[in-house]
Amino acid sequence: MARVELENISKLFGATTAVNEVNLQTIEGEFLVLLGPSGCGKTTLLRMIAGIETPSSGDIVIDGEKVTHLPPRTRNIAMVFQSYALYPHMTVFKNIAFPLRTRGVDRTAIREKVEQAAGMFGIGSLLERKPRELSGGERQRVALARAIVREPSVFLLDEPLSNLDAILRASAREELRLFQRRLGVTTVYVTHDQVEAMGLGDRIVVMNKGRVHQVGTPPEIYQWPADTFVATFVGSPPMNLIEQGDVLAGFRPETFLPAGPATENEGFVTYPFQVTWLEYLGAERLVYGDIGEKCCARHVVSRLPGNISIPIEPGKTYPFAVAKKAIRHFDRASGRLIDTGKT
Amino acid sequence: MNSGPRATGTSIRDRADLLARIMITPAVLYIAVMIGFPFILAILYSLSDATTGDPTLHIIGLQNFRDILADPVFRTSLKNTFVFALVSQTLVIVLSRILATALMADFRGKWLVRFLVMLPWTAPISLGTIGWLWMFDSIFSPIDWILRKIGLLGAPGALLGPMQNLYWLGEPFLAMASVVTVHVWRLLPLATVIQLAGLSSIPRDLLEAAEVDGATALRKTLEITIPLTMPIISIAFLFGLIFTFTDMTVVYVLTRGGPIHMTQVLSTWTFFKGIEGGDLAQGAAVSLFMFPVLAGIAILVLRVARRTEVV
Amino acid sequence: MMTSAGKVFRTGRLYALLSIFAVFSAFPFYWMIIATFKRDHDLFSPTNNPFLFNEPPTLDHLRLLLFDTHFLTYLLNTFLVGMAVVAITLIIAVPAAYSLARWARGWGEMLGIGIFLTYLVPPAILFIPLSRFAAAFGLQESLWSLILIYPTFTIPFCTWLLMGFFKTIPRDIEEQAMIDGLSRLGAMVKVVLPLAISGILTIVVFAFTLSMHEFIYALTFISVSAKKTVSIGVPTELVRGDVFQWGPLMAGALIASTPVAVVYTFFLDRFIAGFTMGAVK
Repeated sequence: MARVELENISKLFGATTAVNEVNLQTIEGEFLVLLGPSGCGKTTLLRMIAGIETPSSGDIVIDGEKVTHLPPRTRNIAMVFQSYALYPHMTVFKNIAFPLRTRGVDRTAIREKVEQAAGMFGIGSLLERKPRELSGGERQRVALARAIVREPSVFLLDEPLSNLDAILRASAREELRLFQRRLGVTTVYVTHDQVEAMGLGDRIVVMNKGRVHQVGTPPEIYQWPADTFVATFVGSPPMNLIEQGDVLAGFRPETFLPAGPATENEGFVTYPFQVTWLEYLGAERLVYGDIGEKCCARHVVSRLPGNISIPIEPGKTYPFAVAKKAIRHFDRASGRLIDTGKT
Repeated sequence: MNSGPRATGTSIRDRADLLARIMITPAVLYIAVMIGFPFILAILYSLSDATTGDPTLHIIGLQNFRDILADPVFRTSLKNTFVFALVSQTLVIVLSRILATALMADFRGKWLVRFLVMLPWTAPISLGTIGWLWMFDSIFSPIDWILRKIGLLGAPGALLGPMQNLYWLGEPFLAMASVVTVHVWRLLPLATVIQLAGLSSIPRDLLEAAEVDGATALRKTLEITIPLTMPIISIAFLFGLIFTFTDMTVVYVLTRGGPIHMTQVLSTWTFFKGIEGGDLAQGAAVSLFMFPVLAGIAILVLRVARRTEVV
Repeated sequence: MMTSAGKVFRTGRLYALLSIFAVFSAFPFYWMIIATFKRDHDLFSPTNNPFLFNEPPTLDHLRLLLFDTHFLTYLLNTFLVGMAVVAITLIIAVPAAYSLARWARGWGEMLGIGIFLTYLVPPAILFIPLSRFAAAFGLQESLWSLILIYPTFTIPFCTWLLMGFFKTIPRDIEEQAMIDGLSRLGAMVKVVLPLAISGILTIVVFAFTLSMHEFIYALTFISVSAKKTVSIGVPTELVRGDVFQWGPLMAGALIASTPVAVVYTFFLDRFIAGFTMGAVK
């Protein structure tokens, strides 16, 4: 268990800046998720923590020790790659035992630890197989077992679920979270999938174009996005943004609902909503349309839960309302959140 | 385990930048010393009057080039080098295309056909050429024997003449044809394998789509197969050119340049002048005439290779 | 719908075509087999059918080749040179190929192309200056001259071939090995090399067969019969002026070329891949 501190980290590849002055501290034992679109620098950041890449400037501190220029083997970290990077020429047993062998652990201790780790992930019966004989889910478990067997101080995961099919992914997410809780190892997890990030993370770091846009718990990120990038990247469909002079007003689709007696008061704003398109998704309906806001009409989405069954047809206009306290205001020029008072 | 081996500092084993340089250095040094330096030396020799007896470098300028250009044997060699390479490789490309198409089919005994067809490339060239030496023998040539049997040779009024033998390696034109034949024989396998790779890289659905669009077999060949495999065909052609252009073994074993230098090529002439004749300077000058052509071919190869990488 | 008659016709045409090619390609070798076992009297009668044994076969030529010529010495020399060239090639080409495959950017890539181009510099240009090298170092008539010079063609070729091999091994695997406790060098030696074993085996085969095929340098540097390799020993020592010892000559050519041809055939596709710079997959 350890703290990872990133101090002013930058990484340049030729003329492109992959990571731009990132400052970040993990909390001991937490599950920290790096979230962002592809190419945002999250994987590069993870690889720098691992020691596979060296930062162009800035320092990396693990457990109080500056490791910026130390090779990976001195850092006692574990990493699971997106591809799982299992050694194709070794059996599952040898794969899991590999980090122990390089550390000179004796044979009996290796066997004991490998069997324990394999047991933990339910792959004890696969130890003599080669990686190519395993299914995707089994491979992922082998990679995880190999990662934990050395009892690392930091656990790094690079999109480990993206090679699994959708059904496996949900159960793997749950398992992963339970193991992390049980081991209590500080974990840094990279993903571009916001659902994964929201579901797994104690805290989420939202990144774009090499910069950190926001660090916070999932509710903080969702409800108080620090800027328009976070507001539109997190949440599906993204937050509605409409122009109001120098300010952009944002509200989540699920807060934009048909007006009724309950919304006719000071706490709500009502808009005429010209519906253009409707998607029925079973548990909910997504209603697309424009709201005429003085000069400039704006495209917005409403997300109606299944229990609101009023008939809505494309081409017609309905009064829709949003609670004032659900509206966030962003500076139009910088995109930064203006509202201060968090609830 | 929690502590792990915490070596302090970074050793050379971890420095990728240093390792990269250290690991490439032996190869670069070797190539510089054994290829780069001799190549420069060849240029220097060609400008000098060095001989095996007196190998000191005494630069005399372009005199050697003037001398060899005036030498009819050199001019024959230069012409032959081009003729042998271009004629044989044109034949090779056409024949390898036919052979590769046939080998694309599934049939019984394919491995045997493949092995037999590859023999000329896989066996050492000097030894394979010896087999041909007998085929072209002045008295016992099996080719002549067949021609005699079917009445084309050795009888009064026969198409190819009344004599018993054609003297393949003794008549200038037949000797040249023999050299070309052996080059074709030798390089056909290489070109075939390259063409096979090209043919099998064409996506099946492309041909199926063309069939659905109503294309005939001829149309498929002309408009899909050939354009798509063009880069690979040119690679096969260019490498074949390099091999035949610089080869000395076939001519050396088959004719030694004869009869009276009629099949001499640049490489054999270099050898006879520079090594057997001991005239290092003129030998080097002769060999350097190969260089511009090779450089041109190399540029073309790189171009084709780059273009196929993009596609 | 293809009728069965049409199918038979097509198959027949295919076999006919392939037979012509196979005969053209293999005939000189068929010839070697015949001549090896044919009696001189049979061989040297212009009216006898050259494709068949008109008199009972004989082992005389083989006996002569093995016991009255240096043929066995040629084989041994070829083997020694081949093994030494393989060793030098491995020591130099493996690290170079790895370096180019993993770290080459900018100047490294130019270097890679440069190494490839050196493969196109023919022995015909190099043998005159190299013969002076050999003279300067007293290596004339020595197998060492061949051992030192043959890597001029095996190293560029094998480096390119191996480079392609290393590129197919995912980087993830070595990065994982580094995280699992190995150094950068350790990851290469303990994880990448075992994975590249088939590539390394391939260059062993090629370094050996290419040095066995080599003709020009051997002809230039070696003239003492006992130091010759098969590729020059057979055509120069058994062909003395106009006295062709056809039987032993053919036997020698046959014995030396068959094993190489068999081994080579298995690796031919890889040869093409390496040699065309991966332009052909």
